[in-house]
Amino acid sequence: MNKYVERLYNGIVKENPTFILILGMCPTLAVTTSVSNGIGMGLSTTIVLVMSNFIISIMRNIIPDKVRIPAYIVIIASLVTIVEFLMKAYVPALSASLGLYIPLIVVNCIILGRAESYAAKNSPVLSIFDGIGMGLGFTIALTCISFFRELIGNGTVFGMNIMPAGYQPVAIFTRAPGAFLVLGGLITVLNAFNIKNNSSKKVEGCDGDCCHCSSACDNKKEEA
Amino acid sequence: MSNLILVLVGAALVNNVVLSQFLGLCPFLGVSKQVKTAFSMGMAVVFVIGIASAVASLIYSFILVPLDLTFLQTIVFILVIAGLVQFVEMFLKKSSPALYQALGVYLPLITTNCAVLGVALTNVQKEYDFVTSVVNGVGTACGFTIAIVIMAGIRERLALDKVAKPLQGMPIVLFAAALMAIAFSGFAGLI
Repeated sequence: MNKYVERLYNGIVKENPTFILILGMCPTLAVTTSVSNGIGMGLSTTIVLVMSNFIISIMRNIIPDKVRIPAYIVIIASLVTIVEFLMKAYVPALSASLGLYIPLIVVNCIILGRAESYAAKNSPVLSIFDGIGMGLGFTIALTCISFFRELIGNGTVFGMNIMPAGYQPVAIFTRAPGAFLVLGGLITVLNAFNIKNNSSKKVEGCDGDCCHCSSACDNKKEEA
Repeated sequence: MSNLILVLVGAALVNNVVLSQFLGLCPFLGVSKQVKTAFSMGMAVVFVIGIASAVASLIYSFILVPLDLTFLQTIVFILVIAGLVQFVEMFLKKSSPALYQALGVYLPLITTNCAVLGVALTNVQKEYDFVTSVVNGVGTACGFTIAIVIMAGIRERLALDKVAKPLQGMPIVLFAAALMAIAFSGFAGLI
């Protein structure tokens, strides 16, 4: 397989950030109340991810090793600020409904994780494809979760009514508990599928050790 | 005064940071296997969020607003938090080894805890003054501690139970969190 296509496949299927790596949980659960919010969040994260991967990959030989994490954070925070203002200007409705979660893209583990584990070691073009793959994997996962939440909780998809007229929406699915229920359900299905295929893969998550995936902590421990 | 109590209760219970705002989920799902470690993590978060919301509030009103640089808030806050965590870690190591022993491991993990940045940004967004910001920060962190300690208690029991194979690991924890979120939504009538 072509190595660029392989990057895309890796991000979308093999190492899907949401379903396999369990990264970036906060936006995943918080904004997926409707499909348009989910896609909006997914795409804005993708844009930040692709650009940060590109810039960090270009600068990977310039940034001193000791201050690389703060340097990455500054680059990512600047990009997020740019995206935040662009969204405020061109898609004010989406920007209002995503609210606080746009600036919080800065602390999304996926972005720092990819910067540290991929962009810092690979060429700019490959890093761009890695960013696109991971970003699309994240977007697809958000779309999937928000599809179920909007469908069950509101009876609509993209704001269009598609359930039969007698359907009573289960409002809890658009509220906080629904997010946990839907994600838990989807991972259960994935696990059941893997068990049936005798695959040893089980979704375990990174154990909340966001530092581990970006190894930011190792660096800090060395300094201390 | 009653205003401050309302902010405190609202931040800790009604708008629980984990269960209704979805901030700080990584440590909530990751460091909640034992009650003891969960409690230490919670205390570390109270400590850092308390200081971070105070410092962020001061920087915002005395540096960013006068210089008309408020658009830099995200960049400035995240750098302040990262620096602060590092500083608190070094300070504790020197001045209070006992406290460092208890909290030290969890401090670096907090930089990537989005609750810290989230609180700083919410304080600015809601135009809280200095005291209210700190109260809101501490309240939010207490809410985090409550949620993570309860979660750890549930998981200690779950570890002894028989769980269906596909549900093992993350899914059963997410379902438990869903039930907790339903319970916490009952606090909505409190204010």
